[in-house]
Amino acid sequence: MATLWRFTLFLCMLLMACGGLSLASKEAKTRSSQTETGTHNTTEEGGHGAGPITTLPIVTWKWDHISVQYLVALWVLVCWLCKLLIEANHNVTNYIPESALLICSGFILGGMIWGADKVQTFSLNPTVFFYFLLPQIILDSGYHMPNKLFFTNLGAILIHAVIGTCWNAASLGLSLWGCHMGGAMGDLDIGLLQYLLFGSLMAAVDPVAVLAVFDQVHVNEVLFIIVFGESLLNDGVTVVLFNVFDAFVSLGGGRINAAEIIKGIVSFFVVAFGGSLVGIAFGILISLLTRCTKNIQIIEPGFIFVMGYLSYLTAEMLSLSAILSTTFCGVLCQKYVRANMDESSVQTVKYAMKVFANGSETIIFVFLGISAIDKVIWVWNTGFILLTVFFVFVYRFIGVFFLQWILNRYRLVPVELMDMVIMSYGGLRGAVAYGLAVLLDEKKIKEKNLMICTTLIVVYFTVILQGITMKPLVMWLKVKRAAVAEVSLLEKITNKMFNHTLVAIEDISGQIGDNYFRSKWRHFEEKWMTPFLMKPSARKKQDDVFDVFHQLNLKDAMEYVTEGERRGSLEFVRNDSAILDFKKKLEITDMIGFLCSRDHIPSVSLEMHEQTMKAMREPEAVDVHHLLDQHLYKSRKQYRHGFSRSDFKINRDEKEVQEIFQRTMRNRLESFKSAKMGVSPPKTLVKYSKKEQQEKVKTKRGNKELDSIHSTDFEFSEGDSASGYDSSYPSFSMRATYRPGGGIENPAFMPDLYPTDLLQEIPPWLAEGEPDSSMVAPSLRAQANLPNSPMEMHRLGLLPASTRSTDTKQMNNDQLPPPPTPPPPPPPSGHM
Amino acid sequence: MGSRASRLLREEEIEEIKKETGFSHSQITRLYSRFTSLDKGENGTLSREDFQRIPELAINPLGDRIINAFFPEGEDQVNFRGFMRTLAHFRPIEDNEKNKNPSATEPLNSRTNKLLFAFRLYDLDRDDKISRDELLQVLRMMVGVNISDEQLGSIADRTIQEADTNGDSCISFNEFIKASFVVNIHICTVVWFPFLS
Repeated sequence: MATLWRFTLFLCMLLMACGGLSLASKEAKTRSSQTETGTHNTTEEGGHGAGPITTLPIVTWKWDHISVQYLVALWVLVCWLCKLLIEANHNVTNYIPESALLICSGFILGGMIWGADKVQTFSLNPTVFFYFLLPQIILDSGYHMPNKLFFTNLGAILIHAVIGTCWNAASLGLSLWGCHMGGAMGDLDIGLLQYLLFGSLMAAVDPVAVLAVFDQVHVNEVLFIIVFGESLLNDGVTVVLFNVFDAFVSLGGGRINAAEIIKGIVSFFVVAFGGSLVGIAFGILISLLTRCTKNIQIIEPGFIFVMGYLSYLTAEMLSLSAILSTTFCGVLCQKYVRANMDESSVQTVKYAMKVFANGSETIIFVFLGISAIDKVIWVWNTGFILLTVFFVFVYRFIGVFFLQWILNRYRLVPVELMDMVIMSYGGLRGAVAYGLAVLLDEKKIKEKNLMICTTLIVVYFTVILQGITMKPLVMWLKVKRAAVAEVSLLEKITNKMFNHTLVAIEDISGQIGDNYFRSKWRHFEEKWMTPFLMKPSARKKQDDVFDVFHQLNLKDAMEYVTEGERRGSLEFVRNDSAILDFKKKLEITDMIGFLCSRDHIPSVSLEMHEQTMKAMREPEAVDVHHLLDQHLYKSRKQYRHGFSRSDFKINRDEKEVQEIFQRTMRNRLESFKSAKMGVSPPKTLVKYSKKEQQEKVKTKRGNKELDSIHSTDFEFSEGDSASGYDSSYPSFSMRATYRPGGGIENPAFMPDLYPTDLLQEIPPWLAEGEPDSSMVAPSLRAQANLPNSPMEMHRLGLLPASTRSTDTKQMNNDQLPPPPTPPPPPPPSGHM
Repeated sequence: MGSRASRLLREEEIEEIKKETGFSHSQITRLYSRFTSLDKGENGTLSREDFQRIPELAINPLGDRIINAFFPEGEDQVNFRGFMRTLAHFRPIEDNEKNKNPSATEPLNSRTNKLLFAFRLYDLDRDDKISRDELLQVLRMMVGVNISDEQLGSIADRTIQEADTNGDSCISFNEFIKASFVVNIHICTVVWFPFLS
């Protein structure tokens, strides 16, 4: 709390300084100060040689010299401090979205300025907004767009973006006009065209606002991409519509004939597609550029930003849709940029992009708040304002439901009713609408201020009110649905299983992956785009799953080192016993917590266990459900977001994907082995694999050490398959195993090769880890590791009851020395 | 694409499959083209390896189990008929078909058959019971590494306890149906869309 106050105080001081300075600058210039910062190109009057000097000044006060730049920097600082302040209070941000809070802090700041100046000196200026704040947000959205998802749903997105937006604009404009004619608004000087213009600027769902809210509410990925993609694209559509109607208004009602309307429609498409084309051209340029930036790695990331910005400006210059241009530029170049550039550059781009986007998003929201504190724009007309809010809300619902109802008939997996509600409810309007409203020409539209005022109210209504109620709504709808199903554990598991199965069936039957256009595109891409745009070296390792692996391995390695450093030394790098530990940290604490919280359940005796369980049923039931909820793998349909503006960590999902992949591969390897040489004695097997490996290792790595390790590992998995194939799960799923390399790319594609290839790729630490865990005294972690099959759990408590578990135990001990006595030949497992 | 597939597939065969599985003509031809594209050996049957080549299945925790579900016991190949028969489980449940001829065998996409499919995924040894061991295996497949064996064991115990009515520590199919009463069966339907391709 104390820190909070200190921050507030600091903020106030900063603000006062800011206000005071601006006052000074105004007086010095004696001209009406421009709104906001950084845009006006008034010649600086101060500065060098500002008058004859009589004596050499040691220091001089040169405020005018730097006032603009200074104010810009100060404002940026103030806005970001607001965010800092807000994010410090987690209990508040849990209920109210950050965007709403930022707007509110904007109110406060605006109030302060008003108090000091008696006039609103700063407000969101369209030029600043469209040229300095928006581009990086759009670029970020495009660059980090989950491409596959985006293009899978492109149809729905486009229909919502184009038809939905036109519907919103037309219906709002016409209804308002109708109400006006009916006399609901009193005396207003607004014609039909002006209403349509107003409708078009209100039509766009704002990507900034939507993302800010959807980030905090977890919705499923299809819903997310539809709303997000729609909001990105319909901004482009809105701007085009706005320009067309603006031109119509300038022309005046009398001179609009069929030809003009057709021209308007044509220009609509030209602007939209032209913008996209410019974006694609720039995307290709970026990709080409990054092919040859090897020698200037240090400024490599800069190219993306400069070119991205240029794509925005170029489109703007050609009066095409700049937003679409930048979006497609980002979407197109991301794949090639990531492949072409150095790993560190890729990271830099990613982080810098987030810094810029998040930063300007913050500024936009704060200034949306500040802009409200201005007496000039508040022209109240109850009828107009309330009707607008009402229509915006209602028509969004109608539009979304109608379009989605049509789309659902053609969709593989229909969007549910609940999702449609959320989709409609997520139709937040934002800064784009405000920016366009400010752009209106006062000469042509008499009621400009009323429109600005209404726009602001709609923005506040949607962002603050709908933003706040969004989360409870989602929760409420979800809870309602979840309450019906899944009362028992079996149901929960089976439901989950159905989900996985469904996804698998879709994959098998090619419902998603085998789209005609997709395969054509992939073909085209492989044949033309990739050789052209991608470095030859990067082309080789171009595989999705592999890419994820690569990322994860990098991350693991980094975590590993960080963990080591945290412990104070890097000694662990050489220390074999510690080598296993880095990812386990969490699990240990997790488990300790778990054990502590439920130590009434002795994990030793199963019978006692069951008794206690009956007694403790109720509290435990909650526990178990929770545990399952947390740890069951998500099926692909559910919450797997590809994009978040503030969160750029690799999420848990990818970890899951990796785990599953390893499991599957290990399984296949084993079943393959047991099928192919299950009957042959393992001794020959070892020899065979050793020979093979030796050759490969020599040729590839020349590392002798690996050899023995590999054979250990081979031995171990052999033992595993003897004890039932389930037994290997705990052992191999621990680690990020596979290293980038030729053999691993797609083991499934070369069943004849993969045993040796796979083995070769298993890194030493994995192989070492297992003997280690069974050899060393049973630490907590080791205990968690030890049972190599679920059946073996008995071993922890009771005497080994089944021969099977003795077997495995035996084997674990056997394999300690590198060339161990081989375990009995694995019986060919029938189930695989 | 579609025309090639339908040329290879005889009309009467389509009719038979249609009768057996309830798929429409275009769905069958489309799935047949998918079938042939999966069939790398080009011998009219799919092997396990063919399925395993689908990259998405490698990251499906139950991928291999589901692949196994396509194969009749003891066989290594599945032909198009078998392929379609398995897929038919995932057609949506149709209300109108139910009362058309009640005497006929239950359609593959009925609720019971859907549940039976799920049950078979658990029941590895096909003794029509889910033992604790089998349940544990499935659980292990579906949870992350952050869950310990003890925890998983207790989950399995609880699950069996909940569903087991006759006290044999196993879940029989009847018990399974009873316990899965609320299972959201409609989520287990793929809406087959007749693609134009």
